[in-house]
Amino acid sequence: MSAIAQKFPDARGRYGPYGGRYVPETLMAPIEELECGFAAARADAEFARSLDDLLRHFAGRPTPLQFAARLTAHLGGPRIYLKREDLLHTGAHKINNCLGQGLLAQRMGKSRVIAETGAGQHGVATATVAARLGLACVVYMGREDMERQRLNVFRMRLLGADVVAVDSGSRTLKDAINEAMRDWVTNVRDTHYLLGSVLGPHPYPLMVREFHKVIGEEARAQILRAEGRLPDLLVACVGGGSNSIGLFHAFLADPGVRMLGVEAGGRGHALGEHAVRLAAAAGYGGARPGVLHGTYTYVLQTPEGQIATTHSVSAGLDYPAVGPEHAWLAEEGRAEYTAVDDDAAVDAARSLARIEGIVPALESAHALAELIRRAPAMPREQVVILNVSGRGDKDMEILSRYL
Amino acid sequence: MSQSSQPVPSSPPPGPAETRIGRRFAELRRANELGLVAYVTAGDPSLAATREIVLAAAAAGADVIELGVPFSDPIADGPVIQRASERALRAGASLASTLALIADLRRSTEVPLVVFSYFNPILQMGLEDFARRAAQAGADGVLATDLTPEEAAEYRSALRARHLDTIFLAAPTTPDDRLARITGASTGFLYLISRTGVTGQRDRLPDDLGALASRVRRATPLPLAVGFGLSQPEHLRALVGRVDAAVVGSALVREIEQASSPAEAARAVAARVRSLKDAGRER
Repeated sequence: MSAIAQKFPDARGRYGPYGGRYVPETLMAPIEELECGFAAARADAEFARSLDDLLRHFAGRPTPLQFAARLTAHLGGPRIYLKREDLLHTGAHKINNCLGQGLLAQRMGKSRVIAETGAGQHGVATATVAARLGLACVVYMGREDMERQRLNVFRMRLLGADVVAVDSGSRTLKDAINEAMRDWVTNVRDTHYLLGSVLGPHPYPLMVREFHKVIGEEARAQILRAEGRLPDLLVACVGGGSNSIGLFHAFLADPGVRMLGVEAGGRGHALGEHAVRLAAAAGYGGARPGVLHGTYTYVLQTPEGQIATTHSVSAGLDYPAVGPEHAWLAEEGRAEYTAVDDDAAVDAARSLARIEGIVPALESAHALAELIRRAPAMPREQVVILNVSGRGDKDMEILSRYL
Repeated sequence: MSQSSQPVPSSPPPGPAETRIGRRFAELRRANELGLVAYVTAGDPSLAATREIVLAAAAAGADVIELGVPFSDPIADGPVIQRASERALRAGASLASTLALIADLRRSTEVPLVVFSYFNPILQMGLEDFARRAAQAGADGVLATDLTPEEAAEYRSALRARHLDTIFLAAPTTPDDRLARITGASTGFLYLISRTGVTGQRDRLPDDLGALASRVRRATPLPLAVGFGLSQPEHLRALVGRVDAAVVGSALVREIEQASSPAEAARAVAARVRSLKDAGRER
């Protein structure tokens, strides 16, 4: 089991049967170029120094691992630590990957980056990094998400990005990715597609994981300092799965550390009402292995293979597929996956605000809701790390409707 | 992929002279004529309409018909075919109903028919089931837009066992080593994408298309069909003698979109096919 960390992905970008590279031929050459560019950057100490410098002085790493004393007392269960990715510049973990890919794009001589965004956090982080590095930036965003997240649209434009509304399909994240891929296939020679999660064709799931694994590496060192031992459980939300992979990766070889990914249960169990790909045991329908956006993984779809629409109160979890490495961790039983519905997530956000003085993003609130459900039954001597992947400033409009 | 490949007991795959696609391209070469590959989305605006449109296109001289399977997330297509896909999905079309349409068409025409699909619907039907059903329906070949030879080992063996041609795409960005892999995996013909980008009409052919076509020509004896952005007779005239066929899709789909009835759509598509085909005969 502990070999998972070292073994995957294989040379063809496979995590067990999942992953791979399913793209139109026009994209194969740029993807191979990206794979080589990434491998070269990984081996380059100067690249690592530049990235580390930006992570420290621009983004605000390392982030604190905070002991949540009042939440721990309130739940009466394990000792809860919060990994505070919400304190990063731009308000979420997304900046880790954007800095890495932005520097890589620059190193590869690309003058333009494009990105998709759902909640707007990845778009804002991409626009921020593009401004910092002097790259042209276009962000694709579903019309519906633009209305849900108006402030982030304004932020991206303030940062100099061109935000393009996507009116095709369901006008949400998956359609924004479609449109970004269409742009990329058209402008392959000067453009880097700065994909925002551990999704897409190889090497994206690997590359995005590598840029986020700093979350878990820091947390591992921090918990060893604070508690003198490893945690019993890691908890994180799973949309595409970048913040959770980022937290989990450094612990994969530690058999005593359990991992829990929390998906969006939305507002019902029927296809279209949720975004649950891996926690099917909880009674959510429609997820089967399939190919979407370049990778073979669990996808919410109809029996005919048409991709389903999804629903979640949090735009960042509102996506029909999940990163292929999560599909593999689920199949191997290395990580457990469960789901939390819209209302429980909103309640959890409110609890953290009042008990700890932290307003989490609605995405992160899903992870918290599951911990709130489980903690009272867990032994007090256990230690849990919860990833607060982002802050809730962007969700004020939605949260205000529930107050 | 994790599915296991059950070997299908069968005779060795036929040579090009024994397949509908192979015979048609051989005839075109003998006649020194540019072939026309006509794309329409199956079920746009209904399966019954597509049946009439395909028969009209074949009667007007289309050499190969590509039947596009509608997909919810057509990342390689421009707005015209995206809209066609949405109309077809609303009309209830699917891979299964596209195969049923092919079976129906096969009772009325011998025109070569190619299933043109994104990979996921094929994968969900199951590679073996799909190959069996497509062959039984009378399809001649299959093109999966987002499948390259690297991920296609089981797909190729499933299709080959049923004597279906596996058509792959080459692009302007394809380097020579990949080109060799692609031509090695392709049967029937090779689909050459004329430019970087998505499907859809453009005013003119890309300047580097001649050089691209020559490069691919040198790499393979397979018939070569060029597509993406072709719509006008002068586009086809410029290709005569350089490649074997032109693929026209969005221009035909647009005729269907603008027609006021299926009968008018069939007439408009037939008229387009006729004028494009005439251009392909001029030397």
